[in-house]
Amino acid sequence: MYTQSFNVQEKPGEKPAAKPVSLENAESQKRFDARIDADGKIEPQDWMPEAYRKTLVRQISQHAHSEIVGMLPEGNWISRAPSLKRKAILIAKVQDEGGHGLYLYSAAETLGTGRDQMLADLHSGKAKYSSIFNYPTLNWADVGTIGWLVDGAAIMNQIPLCRCSYGPYARAMIRVCKEESFHQRQGYEALLVMMQGTAEQRAMVQDSVNRFWWKCLAMFGPPDANSPHSEQAMRWGIKRISNDDLRQKFIDATVPQANVLGVTLPDPDLKWNEERQHYDYGQIDWDEFWNTVNGNGPCNKERLATRVKAHNDGQWVRDAALAYAQKHQPQTQKEAA
Amino acid sequence: MTTTATALKDWPLWEVFVRSKQGLEHKHCGSLHASDAQHALQMARDVYTRRQEGVSIWVVPSKSITASAPEDKDALFEPAADKIYRHPTFYDIPEEVGHM
Repeated sequence: MYTQSFNVQEKPGEKPAAKPVSLENAESQKRFDARIDADGKIEPQDWMPEAYRKTLVRQISQHAHSEIVGMLPEGNWISRAPSLKRKAILIAKVQDEGGHGLYLYSAAETLGTGRDQMLADLHSGKAKYSSIFNYPTLNWADVGTIGWLVDGAAIMNQIPLCRCSYGPYARAMIRVCKEESFHQRQGYEALLVMMQGTAEQRAMVQDSVNRFWWKCLAMFGPPDANSPHSEQAMRWGIKRISNDDLRQKFIDATVPQANVLGVTLPDPDLKWNEERQHYDYGQIDWDEFWNTVNGNGPCNKERLATRVKAHNDGQWVRDAALAYAQKHQPQTQKEAA
Repeated sequence: MTTTATALKDWPLWEVFVRSKQGLEHKHCGSLHASDAQHALQMARDVYTRRQEGVSIWVVPSKSITASAPEDKDALFEPAADKIYRHPTFYDIPEEVGHM
């Protein structure tokens, strides 16, 4: 929907010049701050501080990368889904994730960073993506658990982003959230069906929940006390709710769902706190989290290699499409080019 | 033929998109003839936002728009009709789980 080729107010053929720090910039900054304070939206052609732009490019491109890499652990089960129905559902879900990646890359491109650059950063390992996808999907229940817990956590994170101060990102998130509801429900329903099955199937669900629970809690990011960038992101209206508050919301919403499902969440410290009106929970293993973020999780290398291979294997398709388009271009356009 | 008449005849068609409110997307609201992009913006302001209907306008040359053919409608959109599992309502979730 949005492209980076936005140069409203610029004369054709003129490159937008970098604006020097000046009185004019101070004036722009004031207008920007006022807009943020009034809970307004920033749009691609508006002036914005460089740090705001950089933060958004980083966040939105990482978000896009997560959608794309997130197709891999679930894609692993498409050919082995237990029924045609579950296979069709899983294909539809993985297809949605690809679509979400595309919405987000487009939103990031409105900030002036090209898609080639973003992909190059992903493929070189410079850009991060959600750590949760660096864990393997070992049994069919993992597909259900990813829908229920991983997508559940992602939804918690994404709902406040629908009110993000950057217009294209907020609008992309609204679209994503609308589609995400099916993802969580199909996962939970798949687990419900397994829980009504054999003891072996129930054990499979419990094993899957045991492996994913703590990783999902870590998805919300480091505790507020150790999250140095959060405050600035809050000030800019990029982040609306703190990591710890989102994590708490997720836990409070998930415990009753686990009870209905009939699984145990693997945390002996998990219990209702009457005074706080929230669930208390145990310590998250942050060393393990950072170790995975920094490239040493069980599947980091495999995920990245698969991604790079898919991109390289697709080169002939991109070349062929371009060659075809050039061949069929009207004569006049060819001459002008 | 006067210069003005020639110009009018040669003014290309532009599609106009208006953002009605801060934060919302631009929506198509109609088209108009204008000599160039700046001119089209000005005309769009006068034609489509006289009662403060917008906070931002896009104009796009109509000839730049590629549209799907009406006769392709079934081929393009019908395949989604039987994929009801793409909708959250396809899944039965016990009531006590609440909103999901």
